[in-house]
Amino acid sequence: MSTLSVSVWRGQESGQFQVFEVPRLESQTVLDVVTYIQRVLDPTLAYRYACRVGMCGSCAMTVNGRARWTCRTHVDKVARDGRLEIAPLGNLPVVRDLVTDMAVFFDKWARARGQFRGGATRKDDVARVPPGSPARRLADAAIECIGCGVCYSSCDVVAWNPAYLGPAALNRAWTLVNDARDTGNRARLAAVAGDAGCHACHTHMSCSERCPMKLAPTASIAGLKRATALAALRGELEV
Amino acid sequence: MNTRSQVLLWAAQRASAAVLAVCVMVHLITLIYAVRNGLSAAEVLGRTQGSVAWAAFYALFVIAVAVHAPIGLRSVLAETFNWRGAGLEVTVVAVGLALALWGLRAVWAVFA
Repeated sequence: MSTLSVSVWRGQESGQFQVFEVPRLESQTVLDVVTYIQRVLDPTLAYRYACRVGMCGSCAMTVNGRARWTCRTHVDKVARDGRLEIAPLGNLPVVRDLVTDMAVFFDKWARARGQFRGGATRKDDVARVPPGSPARRLADAAIECIGCGVCYSSCDVVAWNPAYLGPAALNRAWTLVNDARDTGNRARLAAVAGDAGCHACHTHMSCSERCPMKLAPTASIAGLKRATALAALRGELEV
Repeated sequence: MNTRSQVLLWAAQRASAAVLAVCVMVHLITLIYAVRNGLSAAEVLGRTQGSVAWAAFYALFVIAVAVHAPIGLRSVLAETFNWRGAGLEVTVVAVGLALALWGLRAVWAVFA
């Protein structure tokens, strides 16, 4: 049976790669490889996963230098000469081994006013949003984010500017800006504008290239840039 | 600097980029035309001196540079050296003023 040589990050911010030999199997995913190591070779390995089918966004890691969702990444696609290097996501504090602390990532969703703010009560009729309306189409294009952090980990601007909200939080804000039912946009546009917000984006497009859901956070950020610039020119940007 | 000012800086950089795109094209085409036709410095000066149109064009070019470059430099310095705050703002304003001063001086030199 052929084997894979797998270098896995061990430790926290400081640590080292540990090499494991893992049996090579057909249709094997990177998550299968990590699970084999933890169950068979070293039960002290820390990693995170839940659904295994690309829905929950919890298993993202850096595989051969690129952030990926490991449950849907086949070894065939990423192994080079029978070798894999698996590290925690970049731009996030490492808790241990392959587990990162996602708190800062989701705190930024909150700072970007990623919470839905409805204005209707239970006595009001259900809002009717035409599926073909321009705003609904824009929201649809960005709504399927699974919160995996691949975009955030891949973003150069996050690395250079730690206050930057990042692609996922801004993408979330953009879906709400286009939600006809939401009433919180004045505060939201103020929250996502400026040096720590959408205007810090350099349009490198790493987020759009690497998003496993094939979303385009760069397009969402461009939409926010336009919306916030118009609000600024109208003097409506202050909360 | 408040958020609105940061957004207006971004808008100013975008707008000045649009102006620069046109100015650079006109400048390069004129430059290639002048070189290919073997115009001497004196002949070029003969066309620019007293020409309000060329002076206005290059003054616009210089002002667009003086707006665009410092805003970009502000981001580069903040992201590269983690330098933010009043010191950075004063520095890039000074760079913008210096660019405008030297550029407009050059425009005046070929106009007057």
